[in-house]
Amino acid sequence: MRTRTGIRRIDWIVWSLAAVFLAYAAVAAVPPTEAAKPTAYAEECGACHTAYPARLLRPADWAVVLATLDRHFGVDASLNDTTRAAVARQLGVDPAVASAATTKAVPRITQQGWFREEHDEISAQLLRSPAVRGAANCSACHAGADRDQFDDHSVRIPR
Amino acid sequence: MFRKALIAATVLLAAPALADTPESLMRAYAEQARTTSASYAGPSPAAGRRLFHQQPRDWSCATCHTDQPAATGRHAITGKTIAPLSPVANPNRFCDAAKVEKWFKRNCNDTLGRLCTPAEKADLIAFLLGAKGGA
Ligand code: HEC
Ligand code: HEC
Ligand code: HEC
Repeated sequence: MRTRTGIRRIDWIVWSLAAVFLAYAAVAAVPPTEAAKPTAYAEECGACHTAYPARLLRPADWAVVLATLDRHFGVDASLNDTTRAAVARQLGVDPAVASAATTKAVPRITQQGWFREEHDEISAQLLRSPAVRGAANCSACHAGADRDQFDDHSVRIPR
Repeated sequence: MFRKALIAATVLLAAPALADTPESLMRAYAEQARTTSASYAGPSPAAGRRLFHQQPRDWSCATCHTDQPAATGRHAITGKTIAPLSPVANPNRFCDAAKVEKWFKRNCNDTLGRLCTPAEKADLIAFLLGAKGGA
């Protein structure tokens, strides 16, 4: 009897050591900074402006945006192929389509019908003001734009 | 097999120690410059400063990064704030070679209408490393 519990105890110790080791290995494989890293989309497409929520353009339009990054609204926003493919997948776009050459005009969220309707009471003068700098600067009025929050309560018009 | 695993483990463990720094990137660009010109004299903060303020078209580097690269900048079109470009003021700068290359390509293109040479990139980093507040 005594030897049996002895063996069990050793077994138990070995298994718990193994479990602790595996848990450590799993944690070490994913350093905390890695886990908290923003997505490729947020990192690459949020550098110069709000990382516009994916739902605000159709996949076909996002594909044109991604295929024309070297002539992106007056700036060079080009990405290497690997990063562009990662961003495409996050926007629900086929990476192959997102790299196909196109002569189409680059689509804007601010020129979609629904956008114009929602914002038809905003004067051109306010949009041009230094505090706003254009309709594309969502976060000037929608503090939660980066988190896809555009509801009426969070709108604040700068003056 | 075992030896391969050992080499892989050594490389993985050594990786953090090989991270890029502003100084290591500046040296790498200077090294590149030296291979194309034997008379290359090394990075020049003064030349970097001149290039930073050069405005052949609509913008200079200072338009978005301000004329004090240790200060917070603002994007010329979108108005989005840009964290300081000088590594003296912002420890996250110039520590990832791929990221630095990506932005040199884009911003030299947008500002100067051409790519920057390795010598110019070394000059710019030398200038930014010396930017204590004023420029
Ligand atoms: C180097 C800076 C830069 C980067 C990086 C960048 N953009 Fe832009 N983007 C701009 C500028 C400048 C505008 C024009 C803003 C304006 O007209 O006020 C713009 C506008 C846009 C618009 C149109 C906004 C509107 O008017 O509806 C979309 C959509 C867009 N960007 C998507 C993206 C995506 C997707 C990425 C990532 C692959 C990206 N951007 C990365 C600079 C950038
Ligand atoms: C100059 C200020 C301003 C800017 C810039 C702006 N908006 Fe708005 N937005 C408003 C106002 C005001 C409303 C209307 C609130 C209302 O009356 O319901 C609104 C409404 C909306 C709504 C509807 C919200 C709802 O639930 O009813 C959406 C979605 C929206 N905006 C998205 C955007 C996006 C995306 C951008 C940037 C591409 C943007 N807005 C830029 C001021 C602005
Ligand atoms: C139109 C605005 C604009 C202009 C002009 C501009 N930049 Fe930038 N630059 C940016 C933005 C936006 C970022 C990325 C945002 C961030 O990292 O905070 C950036 C990032 C960088 C980086 C990345 C550094 C790092 O390690 O994070 C370098 C290097 C750089 N710029 C150099 C330059 C140089 C050199 C010039 C002039 C030739 C220049 N920029 C002109 C907007 C601009």
